[in-house]
Amino acid sequence: MTRYLINRLFISIPTLLAISIVVFAILALAPGDPMAEFATNPAITAEVRENIRRSLGLDQPIYIRYVKWLWAFLRGDMGFSFNSRSPVVNLILQRLPTTLWVVGTAYLLAALLAVPLGVISALKRYTFFDQVVTTLAFVGFSLPTFFTGILFIIIFSVQLRWFPFIYNSTLRVTDWASFVAQVRQSIMPVMVLVLFQAAVLMRFVRASMLEQMNRDYVRTARAKGLRNFVVVNRHILRNALIPVVTLVALDIPTVFTGALVTEQIFRVPGIGALLVDSIFRGDTPVVMAITFIYAILIVIFNLVADILYGILDPRVQYTH
Amino acid sequence: MSFKRLKMQLVKLRLLLIPLFVVGGLLVHHWVPAQAQADDTLRLLYWQAPTLLNPHLSTGTKDFEASRLVYEPLASFDARGEMVPFLAAEIPSIENGGVAEDLSSVTWKLKSGVTWADGEPFTADDVVFTYEYISNPEVGAITSEYYTDIASVEALDPTTVKITFKEPTVAWFVPFVGTNGMIIPKHIFETYNGPNSREAPANLAPIGTGPYITEDVKPGDVIVYVANENFREEGKPFFKRVELKGGGDATSAARAVLQTGDADYAWNTQVEAAVLTQLEATGIGRIVPKPGPNMERIVINFSDPNVERDGQRSHKDVPHPFLTDLNVRKALSLAMDRQTIADQLYGVAGTPTNDYVLSPENLRANAPWEFNLEEAAKLLDEAGWVDSNNNGIRDKDGVEMRMVFQTSVNPVRQKTQEIIKQDLGKIGIDLELKSIDASIFFDSEPNNPDNLGHFYADLQMYTTGNDNPDPTGYMRRYICEEIAQKENNWSSANDSRYCNPAYDAMYAELVAMTDPDARDEQVKKMNNFLTVEDVAVIPLIDRASPAAAANSIEGIDLTPWDLEPWNIKDWTRKS
Repeated sequence: MTRYLINRLFISIPTLLAISIVVFAILALAPGDPMAEFATNPAITAEVRENIRRSLGLDQPIYIRYVKWLWAFLRGDMGFSFNSRSPVVNLILQRLPTTLWVVGTAYLLAALLAVPLGVISALKRYTFFDQVVTTLAFVGFSLPTFFTGILFIIIFSVQLRWFPFIYNSTLRVTDWASFVAQVRQSIMPVMVLVLFQAAVLMRFVRASMLEQMNRDYVRTARAKGLRNFVVVNRHILRNALIPVVTLVALDIPTVFTGALVTEQIFRVPGIGALLVDSIFRGDTPVVMAITFIYAILIVIFNLVADILYGILDPRVQYTH
Repeated sequence: MSFKRLKMQLVKLRLLLIPLFVVGGLLVHHWVPAQAQADDTLRLLYWQAPTLLNPHLSTGTKDFEASRLVYEPLASFDARGEMVPFLAAEIPSIENGGVAEDLSSVTWKLKSGVTWADGEPFTADDVVFTYEYISNPEVGAITSEYYTDIASVEALDPTTVKITFKEPTVAWFVPFVGTNGMIIPKHIFETYNGPNSREAPANLAPIGTGPYITEDVKPGDVIVYVANENFREEGKPFFKRVELKGGGDATSAARAVLQTGDADYAWNTQVEAAVLTQLEATGIGRIVPKPGPNMERIVINFSDPNVERDGQRSHKDVPHPFLTDLNVRKALSLAMDRQTIADQLYGVAGTPTNDYVLSPENLRANAPWEFNLEEAAKLLDEAGWVDSNNNGIRDKDGVEMRMVFQTSVNPVRQKTQEIIKQDLGKIGIDLELKSIDASIFFDSEPNNPDNLGHFYADLQMYTTGNDNPDPTGYMRRYICEEIAQKENNWSSANDSRYCNPAYDAMYAELVAMTDPDARDEQVKKMNNFLTVEDVAVIPLIDRASPAAAANSIEGIDLTPWDLEPWNIKDWTRKS
């Protein structure tokens, strides 16, 4: 087991290096420029532009910039944002709590909703309940979040005036009223994400349950005369949830990197919105940092998923 | 499924929904409308989020806008083109001895007793330092071009600054005035006047002389300002607190002000006219058009985008097969339905124009224009462009009149493209429309063939204008020397590859002129040459940038020569 872990960690290093080289090269070669907005401004002459490029360190060749970036990253320095000229790490830390609150809550709610709904609809296959839930799930993952987002704004903000559609990140929760305000402004973005996430997860749980329900061991358990509850809870569910746990573990990195589209629509200042803005503005240090952190999280949670698999299913052997 | 069972299920479902409604109702019930609790807070909404609060290092107008609540220039121009003093005690002129007779220098008297927000006195040394900072190439200041004509800036005494120019200049009012003239404090930035400029903490925590100081800055999201207690004007500003929220898009920003009241003021709500009118109908807000020098234009390629020479297309020495023909260009200008484009797509935010220089008002030539497809067709016939092979497209010597017309992705621009394509189609010109993501179209990357500097198309459309009352730099865009080519990384301004010695001569005259009236006439003459006589460019729309404001906010006074919050100290809320 330990040896397996060490091996896996060693394999991760070249993987991450390769990812960083590819991402860095793409960003360096892609069009887009932090001064883009001034392209038609008569005052921004070639000389001014050159000064700015030099002050941002863009006058050096790509490979030197890459080595500098890598060395700095290894020491925990993610560089300076071209746009705000502040350390990238500050920008990310500033937004992490908002992302974790909105996307994390949505993820948690989605999981809490999806597992029981999926289990029940598998057990009561083809009943009215199952049909309603699967239809909803179908709607949930067919509708893109930018559509449901705008739909929610039009219904709940513009027509009903229930919730504000601009997320106020300066709000501090100090008392009941500010807590209500916080919940109110989070409801729409959270619900949009829940609708989508829960739908995907619920369909997965349902399929996984159905797969186990007709297995021989279930029939054996029933033949032994065990109560239905025990069969479902101790036998089917335990096995059916193993792939679900993997799916959840592999999805956790997205909680940290935010929900790109949803954050943009509701002006939720999360990491996803930061990434989209930075791409539009050619702010490559920020894009590089976020994508690379994402890559690291994916590698780590892949490992976590593999280990979890072994714990949940003793048949899995760790060899290499 | 039996009917009875279905009914039971429905009952169950309803039982499930009841608690949901109760919870929802409770939440709504507990909510106090935002307006009621925050009358002394002004909520600004910028759909482009500010990321930096140093106007000299800014990467977009949004940063200038957000900095303007904190920093002030010596003076600025109002909408009528008159100078308004900020940090200056009076406006210099030849009469009061501020401006030298020969226009070689200007001496500014500063207000005395002004302090920075941290209590330090504001002196002439700060102005001198601001110049040193901006003109230091290692700082990489975005505003440096406005300071290149200066020979020296000296502090004669703590409240007097003398600017000496390299040559006599009529545009003595460019440095330290308006958008690009914000003065920064020496005692804060002194140690960051070099390659370390970006590390200055004050880039995100500015100390200025203006009405507000920042309390909380989250780049790319929100900036919270509170009133500067050291501000020199008693009783101002009126709002104790300003929240500037950023992000999103123009349409929803307009909606937040005009329809839901989530914000008090939204900047640059460049949305289709029909949408704005519909939102305005709610009656809680209004559109405030900001007049300005910005003009939406069709840029003509005088070089051939389809022939490659020296590793570049649109080479200045390869003339365009038909756009170099004056009659063709005249026909194109005649075929532009400026009125329909303005009415249908721009509404209050745009009027048709054929002027290259729109502002200040006294420089407007009011060049004539008309929409006349018959006349356009006649001109093309005369020039020998006829449909000889009956395919519906005019041709001459085996060249078909087909063009690629590019612009950035933007609903208003794509609809303008459609209108133009239809009209040109009627007179036998075939247009292929191309739209490019704004961040790619407007960048300056030498390797990006799709940006406007490369101009690998026949026509392209975008907006720009002169950014201060002196249009010399803007007139320069059409001289031969400015042609954008591979040698200069396509970064100079003449993307048309237009080169006419007659225009160059007029430009040289303009630069040498010192008499203001003669200059005005010269600018108008050059304007008409560019748009009527030689049709080097086809102006379409005089673009105001509309802002949206709640009806309760008063005192907003927008000017083309400064940023929108330039007089924010005078904004009030009507109760």
